[in-house]
Amino acid sequence: MAGRCFRLCGALLLAAGAAVARANGAGDVPADWPHAHEDDHPFGYFLVDRFEYRDDEGPNHLLWDAQGWYGGDYRRLWLKAEGEQPVSDSNGEAELQALYGQLVAPYWDVQAGLRYDRVFGSGRDRDRAFGVLGIQGTAPYRFETDAALFVSEDGDLSLRAEFEYELLLTQRLILQPRVEINAAAQRVRAWGIGRGINDVQLGLRLRYEIRREFAPYLGVEWTRKLGDTADIARDEGEEVSVPALVAGVRLWF
Amino acid sequence: MSTTSALPGRFTRRRLLGGLAAGGLLAGFDALLPGWAGPLAGVVRSRAPGPVEFDLTVARQRIDIAGRFAFAHTLNGTVPGPLIELHEGHEARLRVRNTLEEDTSMHWHGILLPFEMDGVPGVTFPGIRPGDTFEARFPVRQAGTYWYHSHSGLQEQSGVYGPLVIHPAGGYAQPFDRDYVVLLSDWTFEDPWAVLAKLKKVSHYYNFQEQTLPQVAAQGQWRQWLAWQQMRMSPADIADVTGHTYTYLMNGQHPAGNWTGLFRPGERVRLRFINASAMTYFNLRIPGLPMTVVQADGQDVQPVETDELQIAVAETYDVIVTPLEDRAYTVFAESMDRSGYAAGTLAPRLGMVAAVPALRKRPLRTMADMGMDHAGHGAGAATAGMDHAAMGHGAKDHPQAADPHAGHALGAVAPVDHAAMGHAPAADPHAGHPGMDRMPPAPGPRSARTGIERAAPGPVLARHGGDTHGVGNQAVAMVQRDRTAEPGTGLGEVEHRVLVYADLLARTPARDARPPTRELELHLTGHMARYMWSFDGQKFSEVHGPIAFHYGERLRLVLVNDTMMEHPIHLHGMFFELDNGAGALRPRKHTVSVKPAERLTLLVTADEPGRWAFHCHLLYHMHIGMFRVVEVA
Repeated sequence: MAGRCFRLCGALLLAAGAAVARANGAGDVPADWPHAHEDDHPFGYFLVDRFEYRDDEGPNHLLWDAQGWYGGDYRRLWLKAEGEQPVSDSNGEAELQALYGQLVAPYWDVQAGLRYDRVFGSGRDRDRAFGVLGIQGTAPYRFETDAALFVSEDGDLSLRAEFEYELLLTQRLILQPRVEINAAAQRVRAWGIGRGINDVQLGLRLRYEIRREFAPYLGVEWTRKLGDTADIARDEGEEVSVPALVAGVRLWF
Repeated sequence: MSTTSALPGRFTRRRLLGGLAAGGLLAGFDALLPGWAGPLAGVVRSRAPGPVEFDLTVARQRIDIAGRFAFAHTLNGTVPGPLIELHEGHEARLRVRNTLEEDTSMHWHGILLPFEMDGVPGVTFPGIRPGDTFEARFPVRQAGTYWYHSHSGLQEQSGVYGPLVIHPAGGYAQPFDRDYVVLLSDWTFEDPWAVLAKLKKVSHYYNFQEQTLPQVAAQGQWRQWLAWQQMRMSPADIADVTGHTYTYLMNGQHPAGNWTGLFRPGERVRLRFINASAMTYFNLRIPGLPMTVVQADGQDVQPVETDELQIAVAETYDVIVTPLEDRAYTVFAESMDRSGYAAGTLAPRLGMVAAVPALRKRPLRTMADMGMDHAGHGAGAATAGMDHAAMGHGAKDHPQAADPHAGHALGAVAPVDHAAMGHAPAADPHAGHPGMDRMPPAPGPRSARTGIERAAPGPVLARHGGDTHGVGNQAVAMVQRDRTAEPGTGLGEVEHRVLVYADLLARTPARDARPPTRELELHLTGHMARYMWSFDGQKFSEVHGPIAFHYGERLRLVLVNDTMMEHPIHLHGMFFELDNGAGALRPRKHTVSVKPAERLTLLVTADEPGRWAFHCHLLYHMHIGMFRVVEVA
């Protein structure tokens, strides 16, 4: 499974890196002259949006949620990583996405690629792979939006939408509401997923940008499992409504 | 105040030298120091007319700058580079030696010369390789205040720029006793490539003057705030790179270095302001001292008195001031976003200082900047305090009064009728104003009007068509205005006089009186959030050839700014005539600042054959795509 992922990622990298025959806006200049002001060099960005300690009703967790891109203005390769792990043991789950993104409208990238999930720890090792089709960008009123459809290797369809907002209390003290919604088209009992809306997360984080690149934060988050998914959780003896206090750091480079 | 009288050059120079000799010891002291080492730098010395040979060496070295030691790209060991003085009618041989480990180049900004000498790598020559020397040799066909800078990569940000003054063959039109270059620039201790990378990742990185919720709540401006949020933009987006990283320099000195120009009370002091910044517009004033503007972009204009002027990146303004009191005056250059300033002193003696004004509150963009309709800008432009319905409806009305722009400045709202505005090719919108050519120069310096008097948005000229310029463009100016009579961003609220483009009248009528036979329209486009900048939505790397100018033709170039920030647009090798309502007295400029949502018309005579760079002079905008080549053939 992992090998399949790597081969596909490699192919994506090659496709994105393939040199497109470049125009020369300077006109008929000697071929050995350098290009004037090369405006198409690639840049890269990696954001750890959430790296936090969560104090909730179960064992306390570490959570990470990071994403990055590399490329030009129109085409970029994206990596997204998310996961959590209790601080008291080595059980946990992690997710990794490798995507190719294309700017399709001034504020929107369409992204396509692969997602790989893994649950690890004492005797619980499992994994699953997905195909991903998503859209990421800024909606009117400046809602940072990241929404994707996932098709698992077993053909199961699911959806995730995340919205973040930034409210400036001062130039460096920023309040960030966050909403995440997960939904599925069918029940996948082994993964604790029911049909319909699975869960809603509502978060509120207050960060202080010591530098733009480095901002510690405190916050609260409430996760509510819904419908079929909540039923499964109840069957397993899990909570369906989990409030949490969080403390972490947001950083990028 | 000064009157328009053509003095023979020799007389002017004698007065100038006399003034310097009176400074005696100080002038000698200055002459001993290389370049900009002392606070007294910037003296224009005006040697005997003749051909000039000048050697410049570009190097990377540690120097004392902005109060610290730092690595910079130097010219003959200093930042800025040395003052080059040339003489109209004589030859210049300017040699540039490259001791860097990378290519360099030198562009002579605003200078008319064979294009092979113009110094743009990849366009006019291959660049100057490490260890090589390039000689730019050309006959000097003009006079005025100019500058020079590297056109390679981001070298301009790290120090490769300097002033260039050309003395007129026929003597100066305005008499003066002292002559100083006042070169403004923005210095960062960061690597310019790191600055660019930060802007690409988080475009508001350097803006620490955003609107905060408590501010919005305190002013009860929730509706405006929501409108900006809806548009996914920030009204506080005034400058991309700010005082957060920049130290602003005057003649290479940070404010504590206190560049000083000496005078004796009653002397007429010429200050040649050059904005050699990479990214910074400045608002210039000398509290207590009105400035008489006599030149813009090296071209003489009819004297006009003002208390403040906004200088765009790459522009130059020559002003004459006459300090009468035996005291110090602060030359104050506040960055347009008010995040910092450059300052120096005019004083009768070295070591004096005057009060330095406090930075004013950073301005906000308006709905007019966004190219929004009347309905929208009622709220956004509320500061103007004007009732649109009450204003006159005659666009571009030029009564033959002492102030030919009296009607203009009121921001008359024109009916929105594209076809009727005379924007069809070959129709000169000013053809209907006979008499402009014969208008005699005013007897004394005219006076600019106050910022408040002229704060209303200018007349609407056109609306945007259906082309939104692709995915790399964030917005379009639905409503395009003539904004040449509007004060620059942030100056619409000041109570003293501020210079606007409509105040600039050339000293002599344009040499080419032909009406244009062709019109080219270019849109200034971009995407702040993604930090992409372009013309017509295309970066330089995306276009397949130059913009063609036909040799000898008279051309109307219309620039429409679809973005919400000013862009200083520069054409190499030829001057624009800026259509500011002055008819035949349109001022000639090498760099024009196009305001947000402005529709600006320029006339060009394509009489300089070759390939010429044409670009936004905000360094990072140019470098990442807001660049074109014009080919005159």
